[in-house]
Amino acid sequence: MTDHAQSSFVYVTYVKTTPDRLWEALIDPDFVAQYWLGNRPEAEWRLGGSWKLLFPDGRVADQGEIVAFEPPKRLGIRWRNEWKPEFNAEGYSICMMELEPAGEGVKLSVTHSIERADSPFIAAVSGGWPKILSNLKSLLETGTVVLPNKP
Amino acid sequence: MPTDDDIFRALADPSRRRLLDRLHVTDGQSLGDLCEGLAMTRQAVAKHLAMLEAANLVVAVRQGREKRHFINRVPINEIAERWIGKFDQPRLSALSALKQHLEGEDND
Repeated sequence: MTDHAQSSFVYVTYVKTTPDRLWEALIDPDFVAQYWLGNRPEAEWRLGGSWKLLFPDGRVADQGEIVAFEPPKRLGIRWRNEWKPEFNAEGYSICMMELEPAGEGVKLSVTHSIERADSPFIAAVSGGWPKILSNLKSLLETGTVVLPNKP
Repeated sequence: MPTDDDIFRALADPSRRRLLDRLHVTDGQSLGDLCEGLAMTRQAVAKHLAMLEAANLVVAVRQGREKRHFINRVPINEIAERWIGKFDQPRLSALSALKQHLEGEDND
Protein backbone atom coordinates (compact mmCIF):
# COMPACT_ATOMS: atom_id res chain seq x y z
CA MET A 1 0.00 0.00 0.00
CA THR A 2 1.26 3.45 -0.75
CA ASP A 3 -0.79 6.17 0.95
CA HIS A 4 0.29 8.03 4.09
CA ALA A 5 3.78 7.61 2.54
CA GLN A 6 4.03 4.20 4.16
CA SER A 7 4.78 0.72 2.88
CA SER A 8 3.69 -2.29 4.84
CA PHE A 9 3.05 -5.98 4.64
CA VAL A 10 1.01 -8.19 6.90
CA TYR A 11 1.62 -11.91 7.36
CA VAL A 12 -0.51 -14.26 9.40
CA THR A 13 0.04 -17.88 10.22
CA TYR A 14 -1.71 -20.26 12.62
CA VAL A 15 0.57 -22.54 14.62
CA LYS A 16 -0.55 -25.53 16.67
CA THR A 17 1.28 -24.65 19.89
CA THR A 18 0.87 -22.52 23.02
CA PRO A 19 1.55 -18.75 23.24
CA ASP A 20 4.42 -19.45 25.68
CA ARG A 21 6.15 -21.90 23.34
CA LEU A 22 5.69 -19.58 20.37
CA TRP A 23 7.08 -16.64 22.36
CA GLU A 24 10.11 -18.75 23.32
CA ALA A 25 10.54 -19.61 19.62
CA LEU A 26 10.69 -15.89 18.77
CA ILE A 27 13.46 -15.02 21.23
CA ASP A 28 15.62 -18.14 21.68
CA PRO A 29 18.67 -17.45 19.42
CA ASP A 30 19.41 -21.13 18.64
CA PHE A 31 15.79 -21.79 17.84
CA VAL A 32 15.44 -18.64 15.69
CA ALA A 33 18.53 -19.61 13.66
CA GLN A 34 16.81 -22.87 12.71
CA TYR A 35 13.91 -21.15 10.95
CA TRP A 36 15.36 -17.72 10.05
CA LEU A 37 17.41 -19.17 7.17
CA GLY A 38 20.47 -19.62 9.41
CA ASN A 39 20.52 -16.01 10.70
CA ARG A 40 20.81 -15.50 14.44
CA PRO A 41 19.53 -12.74 16.73
CA GLU A 42 21.71 -11.18 19.40
CA ALA A 43 19.55 -9.06 21.67
CA GLU A 44 18.80 -7.69 25.10
CA TRP A 45 15.26 -9.00 25.36
CA ARG A 46 13.57 -6.09 27.12
CA LEU A 47 11.82 -2.88 26.12
CA GLY A 48 14.46 -0.50 24.73
CA GLY A 49 17.06 -3.29 24.50
CA SER A 50 19.39 -3.54 21.51
CA TRP A 51 18.71 -6.08 18.77
CA LYS A 52 20.88 -7.44 15.96
CA LEU A 53 20.47 -10.17 13.38
CA LEU A 54 23.71 -11.88 12.35
CA PHE A 55 24.39 -13.79 9.14
CA PRO A 56 25.71 -17.36 9.62
CA ASP A 57 29.25 -15.97 9.02
CA GLY A 58 28.83 -13.41 11.84
CA ARG A 59 28.34 -10.25 9.74
CA VAL A 60 25.53 -7.96 10.91
CA ALA A 61 22.48 -8.25 8.63
CA ASP A 62 20.15 -5.84 10.45
CA GLN A 63 20.23 -3.92 13.69
CA GLY A 64 17.99 -1.83 15.87
CA GLU A 65 16.08 -1.94 19.15
CA ILE A 66 13.13 -3.58 20.89
CA VAL A 67 10.13 -1.24 20.86
CA ALA A 68 7.48 -3.60 22.30
CA PHE A 69 8.09 -6.45 24.73
CA GLU A 70 4.95 -7.98 26.24
CA PRO A 71 5.40 -11.76 26.71
CA PRO A 72 3.64 -13.77 25.35
CA LYS A 73 1.61 -11.26 23.32
CA ARG A 74 3.60 -8.61 21.50
CA LEU A 75 7.16 -8.24 20.30
CA GLY A 76 8.14 -5.16 18.32
CA ILE A 77 11.51 -4.49 16.74
CA ARG A 78 12.62 -1.28 15.04
CA TRP A 79 15.43 -2.16 12.68
CA ARG A 80 17.50 -1.05 9.74
CA ASN A 81 19.21 -3.09 7.07
CA GLU A 82 23.00 -3.02 7.47
CA TRP A 83 24.34 -4.94 4.49
CA LYS A 84 22.86 -3.27 1.42
CA PRO A 85 23.53 0.49 1.05
CA GLU A 86 20.25 1.19 -0.83
CA PHE A 87 18.19 -0.52 1.89
CA ASN A 88 20.26 1.04 4.69
CA ALA A 89 19.52 4.48 3.21
CA GLU A 90 15.78 3.89 3.66
CA GLY A 91 16.25 4.03 7.43
CA TYR A 92 14.36 2.18 10.14
CA SER A 93 11.42 -0.17 9.66
CA ILE A 94 9.07 -1.43 12.36
CA CYS A 95 8.31 -5.11 12.67
CA MET A 96 5.48 -5.99 15.05
CA MET A 97 4.76 -9.62 15.96
CA GLU A 98 1.46 -10.31 17.70
CA LEU A 99 0.33 -13.59 19.27
CA GLU A 100 -3.30 -14.44 19.97
CA PRO A 101 -4.75 -17.78 21.12
CA ALA A 102 -6.90 -19.25 18.30
CA GLY A 103 -8.72 -22.54 18.83
CA GLU A 104 -6.13 -25.26 19.46
CA GLY A 105 -3.27 -23.00 18.43
CA VAL A 106 -1.95 -19.49 18.19
CA LYS A 107 -2.48 -16.85 15.53
CA LEU A 108 0.82 -15.12 14.77
CA SER A 109 0.56 -11.80 12.88
CA VAL A 110 3.64 -10.03 11.61
CA THR A 111 3.30 -6.46 10.34
CA HIS A 112 6.39 -4.94 8.79
CA SER A 113 6.28 -1.30 7.75
CA ILE A 114 8.41 1.69 6.90
CA GLU A 115 7.48 5.38 6.68
CA ARG A 116 8.12 5.60 2.97
CA ALA A 117 6.02 4.94 -0.12
CA ASP A 118 6.88 2.01 -2.42
CA SER A 119 9.82 0.90 -0.33
CA PRO A 120 12.21 -1.49 -2.16
CA PHE A 121 13.38 -2.71 1.27
CA ILE A 122 9.86 -3.76 2.32
CA ALA A 123 9.32 -5.34 -1.12
CA ALA A 124 12.54 -7.35 -0.66
CA VAL A 125 11.76 -8.59 2.85
CA SER A 126 8.25 -9.50 1.78
CA GLY A 127 9.79 -12.35 -0.22
CA GLY A 128 11.59 -13.70 2.85
CA TRP A 129 8.86 -13.55 5.49
CA PRO A 130 6.57 -16.28 4.10
CA LYS A 131 9.49 -18.74 4.04
CA ILE A 132 10.60 -17.81 7.57
CA LEU A 133 7.06 -18.13 8.95
CA SER A 134 6.41 -21.42 7.12
CA ASN A 135 9.65 -22.75 8.61
CA LEU A 136 8.68 -21.56 12.10
CA LYS A 137 5.26 -23.21 11.84
CA SER A 138 6.71 -26.44 10.51
CA LEU A 139 9.48 -26.52 13.15
CA LEU A 140 7.02 -26.08 16.04
CA GLU A 141 4.49 -28.52 14.64
CA THR A 142 6.72 -31.26 13.23
CA GLY A 143 10.24 -30.60 14.51
CA THR A 144 11.73 -29.97 11.06
CA VAL A 145 11.94 -27.01 8.67
CA VAL A 146 11.00 -26.93 5.01
CA LEU A 147 13.83 -24.70 3.81
CA PRO A 148 16.91 -24.91 6.04
CA ASN A 149 19.07 -22.45 4.08
CA LYS A 150 18.76 -19.41 1.89
CA PRO A 151 16.77 -20.24 -1.27
CA MET B 1 -7.72 -22.44 12.36
CA PRO B 2 -8.01 -22.42 8.55
CA THR B 3 -7.39 -25.77 6.85
CA ASP B 4 -5.93 -26.65 3.44
CA ASP B 5 -9.51 -27.34 2.33
CA ASP B 6 -10.52 -23.75 3.17
CA ILE B 7 -7.59 -22.46 1.12
CA PHE B 8 -8.28 -24.63 -1.95
CA ARG B 9 -12.01 -23.84 -1.75
CA ALA B 10 -11.24 -20.13 -1.58
CA LEU B 11 -8.88 -20.37 -4.55
CA ALA B 12 -11.34 -22.42 -6.61
CA ASP B 13 -13.38 -19.33 -7.55
CA PRO B 14 -12.27 -17.03 -10.40
CA SER B 15 -13.70 -13.88 -8.75
CA ARG B 16 -11.70 -14.56 -5.60
CA ARG B 17 -8.54 -15.24 -7.58
CA ARG B 18 -9.15 -11.94 -9.36
CA LEU B 19 -9.38 -10.12 -6.01
CA LEU B 20 -6.07 -11.72 -4.95
CA ASP B 21 -4.51 -10.59 -8.25
CA ARG B 22 -5.68 -7.04 -7.58
CA LEU B 23 -4.23 -7.10 -4.07
CA HIS B 24 -1.01 -8.48 -5.48
CA VAL B 25 -0.76 -5.38 -7.70
CA THR B 26 -1.80 -2.91 -4.97
CA ASP B 27 -1.79 -4.20 -1.42
CA GLY B 28 -3.81 -2.71 1.44
CA GLN B 29 -6.94 -1.73 -0.56
CA SER B 30 -10.30 -0.94 1.03
CA LEU B 31 -13.55 -2.64 -0.01
CA GLY B 32 -14.38 0.48 -2.06
CA ASP B 33 -11.03 0.38 -3.89
CA LEU B 34 -11.49 -3.30 -4.67
CA CYS B 35 -15.01 -2.80 -6.06
CA GLU B 36 -13.83 -0.23 -8.60
CA GLY B 37 -13.98 -1.49 -12.17
CA LEU B 38 -15.39 -4.88 -11.18
CA ALA B 39 -18.70 -6.12 -12.54
CA MET B 40 -19.71 -7.35 -9.07
CA THR B 41 -21.92 -5.82 -6.42
CA ARG B 42 -20.31 -4.48 -3.26
CA GLN B 43 -22.08 -7.26 -1.33
CA ALA B 44 -20.62 -9.93 -3.60
CA VAL B 45 -17.10 -8.51 -3.23
CA ALA B 46 -17.55 -8.34 0.57
CA LYS B 47 -18.68 -11.98 0.62
CA HIS B 48 -15.69 -13.14 -1.45
CA LEU B 49 -13.33 -11.15 0.78
CA ALA B 50 -14.84 -12.79 3.86
CA MET B 51 -14.07 -16.24 2.37
CA LEU B 52 -10.52 -15.18 1.54
CA GLU B 53 -10.13 -13.91 5.11
CA ALA B 54 -11.52 -17.14 6.58
CA ALA B 55 -8.92 -19.04 4.55
CA ASN B 56 -6.20 -16.67 5.86
CA LEU B 57 -5.35 -15.64 2.29
CA VAL B 58 -6.34 -12.05 3.04
CA VAL B 59 -5.81 -10.17 6.31
CA ALA B 60 -8.05 -7.19 7.09
CA VAL B 61 -6.56 -4.44 9.21
CA ARG B 62 -8.65 -1.60 10.61
CA GLN B 63 -7.02 1.80 10.04
CA GLY B 64 -9.15 4.67 11.28
CA ARG B 65 -12.59 4.36 9.70
CA GLU B 66 -11.41 2.03 6.98
CA LYS B 67 -10.66 -1.65 6.75
CA ARG B 68 -7.67 -2.33 4.52
CA HIS B 69 -7.05 -5.71 2.94
CA PHE B 70 -3.62 -7.27 2.67
CA ILE B 71 -2.71 -10.37 0.70
CA ASN B 72 -1.18 -12.95 3.07
CA ARG B 73 1.52 -14.91 1.28
CA VAL B 74 2.20 -17.39 4.07
CA PRO B 75 -0.53 -19.98 3.27
CA ILE B 76 0.25 -19.68 -0.46
CA ASN B 77 3.90 -20.41 0.30
CA GLU B 78 2.88 -23.40 2.44
CA ILE B 79 0.73 -24.80 -0.35
CA ALA B 80 3.53 -24.29 -2.85
CA GLU B 81 5.93 -26.22 -0.62
CA ARG B 82 3.47 -28.90 0.42
CA TRP B 83 1.65 -29.48 -2.88
CA ILE B 84 3.90 -28.24 -5.67
CA GLY B 85 7.57 -28.25 -4.62
CA LYS B 86 7.49 -31.87 -3.55
CA PHE B 87 6.20 -33.10 -6.94
CA ASP B 88 8.60 -30.89 -8.86
CA GLN B 89 11.70 -32.01 -6.95
CA PRO B 90 12.34 -35.41 -8.60
CA ARG B 91 12.08 -33.85 -12.05
CA LEU B 92 14.60 -31.15 -11.14
CA SER B 93 16.99 -33.73 -9.68
CA ALA B 94 16.67 -35.86 -12.81
CA LEU B 95 17.46 -32.85 -15.01
CA SER B 96 20.45 -31.93 -12.92
CA ALA B 97 21.76 -35.53 -13.08
CA LEU B 98 21.31 -35.50 -16.87
CA LYS B 99 23.16 -32.19 -17.14
CA GLN B 100 26.05 -33.52 -15.06
CA HIS B 101 26.22 -36.65 -17.19
CA LEU B 102 26.17 -34.69 -20.48
CA GLU B 103 28.78 -32.28 -19.22
CA GLY B 104 30.98 -35.24 -18.42
CA GLU B 105 31.43 -34.70 -14.70
CA ASP B 106 30.98 -38.43 -14.08
CA ASN B 107 33.30 -39.56 -16.88
CA ASP B 108 36.73 -39.09 -15.42
